[in-house]
Amino acid sequence: MVTIYERKPGLSRRELLKRGGASALLVISGSAVISPQHAWGLETSALKPETMATLIQMARDIYPHDQVPDKYYAIAVKAHDELAGKDPAHKDLIENGIADLDTKAGSGGYRGLGWEEQRVALLKDIETSPFFQAVRGGLVVSLYNQKEVWPIFGYEGESYSKGGYIKRGFDDIEWL
Amino acid sequence: MAAPFDLNNDGVVVIIGSGAGGGTLGNELAQKGVDVVILEAGARHEYDDFVNDEWDSFTQLAWKDKRTTSGDWRVARDFPNLPAWIVKSVGGSTTHWAGASLRFQEHEFKAHSTYGKVDGASLLDWPITLAEMEPYYAKAEAKMGVTGTNDWPRLPGNNNFKVLKAGADKLGYKECHTGNMAINSVDRDDRMSCQQTGFCFQGCKWGAKWSTLYTEIPKGEATGHLEVRPNAMAVKINHDASGKVTGVVYADKDGKLQEQKARIVAVAGNSIESPRLLLNSESAKFPNGLANSSGQVGKNYMRHTTGSVYAIFDKPVHMYRGTTMAGIIRDEARHDPSRGFVGGYEMETLALGLPFMAAFLNPGGWGRSFTTALDHYDHMAGLWIVGEDMPRAENRITLHADEKDEHGMPIADVHFDDHANDTAMRDHAYKQGQALYAAVGATRTFPTPPYPSTHNLGTNRMSEKAEDGVVNKHGQAHDIKNLFVSDGSQFTTGGAENPTLTIVSLAIRQADYIANQMSEKSI
Ligand SMILES: Cc1cc2nc3c(=O)[nH]c(=O)nc-3n(C[C@H](O)[C@H](O)[C@H](O)COP(=O)(O)OP(=O)(O)OC[C@H]3O[C@@H](n4cnc5c(N)ncnc54)[C@H](O)[C@@H]3O)c2cc1C
Ligand code: SF4
Repeated sequence: MVTIYERKPGLSRRELLKRGGASALLVISGSAVISPQHAWGLETSALKPETMATLIQMARDIYPHDQVPDKYYAIAVKAHDELAGKDPAHKDLIENGIADLDTKAGSGGYRGLGWEEQRVALLKDIETSPFFQAVRGGLVVSLYNQKEVWPIFGYEGESYSKGGYIKRGFDDIEWL
Repeated sequence: MAAPFDLNNDGVVVIIGSGAGGGTLGNELAQKGVDVVILEAGARHEYDDFVNDEWDSFTQLAWKDKRTTSGDWRVARDFPNLPAWIVKSVGGSTTHWAGASLRFQEHEFKAHSTYGKVDGASLLDWPITLAEMEPYYAKAEAKMGVTGTNDWPRLPGNNNFKVLKAGADKLGYKECHTGNMAINSVDRDDRMSCQQTGFCFQGCKWGAKWSTLYTEIPKGEATGHLEVRPNAMAVKINHDASGKVTGVVYADKDGKLQEQKARIVAVAGNSIESPRLLLNSESAKFPNGLANSSGQVGKNYMRHTTGSVYAIFDKPVHMYRGTTMAGIIRDEARHDPSRGFVGGYEMETLALGLPFMAAFLNPGGWGRSFTTALDHYDHMAGLWIVGEDMPRAENRITLHADEKDEHGMPIADVHFDDHANDTAMRDHAYKQGQALYAAVGATRTFPTPPYPSTHNLGTNRMSEKAEDGVVNKHGQAHDIKNLFVSDGSQFTTGGAENPTLTIVSLAIRQADYIANQMSEKSI
């Protein structure tokens, strides 16, 4: 099972340095991926936590929204860990896919590439692979179907309980 | 009270499907005192149960049984197992539909004689004319509460409409308004008026939008002559030695096969399932399937030439607020071959919520070009193109060679190739739509590909001559006189208009015919 849990902000600075540098966005600790700045962590059970961290970065590179925090990308890809736990073939698909990306990226791995363009170039090369398709196909639902991200895009969601928009701006456009 | 009929009652009319065609026919017959059993594959969800959430609603209502696709249409690549976005639930696709209710134009009933021979198209004239349909259109509009008819006011325009209207004015379009919608603009028929919730595609929780689920069906049930049997999936229509149909075999809620005897059978499962059922009902006497001596069952599948145009502005729009499709421009619906294609198209407002926009804006798309569009979701406006597509014999529903569903019935394959006329029309419409939004200051526009088909037509088409089609002008099979087709699969050609008003009008007309034939004892 994957659990996403809120944690106290920040590993200590010393701990961070020990684990791979203060510049890293996501930190691996035991079986978890941790975001020190944003106070959440994601525990993996089937996939390696490093794999999960790369998957989160890959998800952001596929659907980059600078105003959407990592946490929602993490939630969006965590189903791969659950599925990998049940289906060894899926586990191989994801682990091998990420390993392949890391190899292509060179010594620092996929997450070590500093520019989005560099990472996207690698993704372009594998765009038609079953691995990429599996990640992208699920993500288009699991990312955008989170109610928590809707307000970031200005989508208001359910409206029946509020009486619809008849008195809440269905025709409030002013600039025409 | 809903009347439960015995399985062995061979005096009933059995209708397959409870949507626009089947639900309407069932009520119309029940009102005349004819006993009817509607077999409906889906469950019954009343309008309180609907959810204002795109994927949850899709899960609740849509037809998700596997289908396969082939052909050059993009849907086959992006949604290979979801060729159509239609419903499996009591009320059929009238739960999901947006309510746009337009009459066909006169020439659209005479597509072949008006457009002439079009290479690669199997055009035909309808065996009925607009003049013959007019009284039934009037009855359907009155039944459905269509705005802009019968002194019912049109709906107020929402933000998305206002952008459309401003663009239409700039381009010099003359006929632009909030449409003819089967949505109450005033309280009527014991249902309230539209509250502008913006979830028309998810089932109207207010009941403001017409759906057979809470109009035709309960009215029919109240007569004591109509029973709707949910979770009943028809798999085969039986016949006797003389070739008359005698009953329908269906899988009940537990998957057990039952047979409901029948005096008359009417097929209204929408244009993929109706031909699938007829083809699957093959027998020694009818080796190519029922009503298929012409070989036309399943052919001439049409889905309208569609597409969308979305546009981003530098100021907010909030297109998703209010009635989803209350806005139309009709100027391009005319037949004017100087544009480079025959037939015409409508432009109608359309909004998707964020989850569906992500799935449908550019299926398969990713990266910043895609995501920066969604970043401005609340600054977007959108319209949908719906135009006449060309019938083609090769565009067809067939039974899959090896894959079967849980009841052992071969699944449907949907083959579709765009005709050059469809492509020319779509390109024209994209250009007009993009120009329209540019004229109001759009900073970026998106010619968005067709979604899985919501309008599915033509696969059991009506024809004057038995060799050209499956049913006659009353929707009665040319081959079998107690077998009818009562849904959009009867359409000879598609017209530019959203089809449901015509489906409902044909069902009302068919009910008159069936009741007459029954009282004359000719069926
Ligand atoms: C999102 C959306 C928006 C739309 N908007 C509009 C619009 O604005 N205007 C318009 O004119 N049209 C619109 N449509 C199209 C409209 O819904 C259809 O044209 C219309 O409902 C078709 O009627 P029908 O009777 O052919 O089939 P349906 O209404 O689809 O009903 C068919 C029923 O038959 C059942 N069935 C199928 N096979 C079997 C079987 N073997 N046994 C038992 N039951 C079976 C199905 O479960 C279904 O309930 C829209 C559709 C969608 C999905
Ligand atoms: S906008 Fe109107 S018709 Fe559409 S769902 Fe809301 S109340 Fe119903």
